[in-house]
Amino acid sequence: MPRLDTTVARPRPAAPRQRPRRAGRIPLALLLPAVLGLLFLILPLAGLLARAPWATLPQRLTEPGVLTALRLSLLTATLATLLCLALGVPLAWLLARIEFPGRRIVRALVTVPLVLPPVVGGVALLLVFGRRGLLGSWLDSTFGVTLPFTTTGVVLAEAFVAMPFLVIAVEGALRGADSRYEEAAATLGANRWTTFTHVTLPLVAPGIAAGGVLCWARALGEFGATITFAGNFPGRTQTMPLAVYLALETDLEAAIVLSLVLLAVSVAILATLRDRWISAP
Amino acid sequence: MTTRRSRTVLAAVAALAVVGLAACGGEESAGSRPGSATSGITGDVTVFAAASLTESFTQLGKDFEAANPGTTVTYSFAGSSALATQINQGAPADVFASAAPANMKTVTDAGNGDGTPTIFVKNQLVIAVPRGNPAGIGGLADLTEPEVKVALCAAQVPCGAAARKALDAAGVRLTPVTLEQDVKAALAKVKLGEVDAALVYRTDAKSAAADVDGVEFPESAGAINEYPIIVLKDAPHKPAAKAFVDYVLSDPGRAVLTAAGFGAP
Repeated sequence: MPRLDTTVARPRPAAPRQRPRRAGRIPLALLLPAVLGLLFLILPLAGLLARAPWATLPQRLTEPGVLTALRLSLLTATLATLLCLALGVPLAWLLARIEFPGRRIVRALVTVPLVLPPVVGGVALLLVFGRRGLLGSWLDSTFGVTLPFTTTGVVLAEAFVAMPFLVIAVEGALRGADSRYEEAAATLGANRWTTFTHVTLPLVAPGIAAGGVLCWARALGEFGATITFAGNFPGRTQTMPLAVYLALETDLEAAIVLSLVLLAVSVAILATLRDRWISAP
Repeated sequence: MTTRRSRTVLAAVAALAVVGLAACGGEESAGSRPGSATSGITGDVTVFAAASLTESFTQLGKDFEAANPGTTVTYSFAGSSALATQINQGAPADVFASAAPANMKTVTDAGNGDGTPTIFVKNQLVIAVPRGNPAGIGGLADLTEPEVKVALCAAQVPCGAAARKALDAAGVRLTPVTLEQDVKAALAKVKLGEVDAALVYRTDAKSAAADVDGVEFPESAGAINEYPIIVLKDAPHKPAAKAFVDYVLSDPGRAVLTAAGFGAP
């Protein structure tokens, strides 16, 4: 982290392109765990595919609840990601660039939703934003707004669980970015806001994109906090993971179909975004 | 040539993985500790029981362990349908106590039951309201008031199916704000004050008497839930499992269940 301020700011030379290694050179000590890790990650997926009721798939896909839940999932995950970007990027900047007392504690607090079981997160949200909650009771009496059991509630639950992924990714990108560019901008008379928008943001754009993707993916799969805080009602708060859970109660095959739909759509979207935004250098 | 070598490595890795997984799947003989049980029954009974049995079965388990030294009872409480799915997917359970015959049928139809299930209790619905009944709810018809927020169980779980039956019997059409995944989740929404009422079992309302009142309503008689119990075919500890089911059906067992608000079958 510490940089020599005496050195003149200059763009670092591009790292020499690494030649793809030949397969024979890969050390077994790395290959073995790598392949095991890969198998561990993809075998459950293979299990889903193996048990999928392919014959009745088209008919199951057109059942009315499927599209409603899918649409709601995509909408809420996207809104939650936008909310996380609006709040999380400035928070990451604060953590990475500004020295303030208690910064370590704040940094640890940001990760709380990561370690908190999502159901507990949902209960915590109810205690704050619920009808009897600390803020919720005030919202209800002043504006007549109640958040539980609404689509807004879903967005809040998802954002709560997903924001740490964005903040951590962006903060990492900021700390890894060459701060000499920002210093140069400052010497040239740019204030902090201009520096942030014209230098910092473009510099860490790939980090923000990666964080946003992680955040969106986590929001899309969110279950525990959502069902606890926002409840489960088709068309309003029943996202795909909730629909999968309830389908599992009666019909394993329906649950598999819903899971596959969610999986296929999210992989397709992520692959498209990746090609468009995160082009490999 | 390089590809061939990496292919061999891959094959070796895959083989290793399979062996490793097979080893993990090995049957555990945990819990069967040598005990000086008077009844001669030892072992760890794993009971998959409906969420609404949480309080009464926890008590029953303690009584059973006291009566049969050397045994332990481990519970998995969840929605009956989730438990049925887990059992049919090979979960290592000894006993299944379901909140509805339909979920029991899923298990017995798959050939996973040992013998025929026995109905051991009945339960019926009440309207759970926050303590003191601030909204003044007296029956199902009051739940249709627009300002009354109601939580029901989802139709896929027994308490939801029963609620639907009772509402149909009463000719009441209501739009709940949420369809909860099990009866305890619906009850929690009442406890937290997020809804004004929920249809839950009488036993659940009773177990939460500190925060919740149960309002009885006549139509619940048309939607009585029968709870069947069975020893599972692949039970790892069958003698202990049978002893546990016998205990549930015995007089002391019945007394615990009646005290919790269940009706005799």
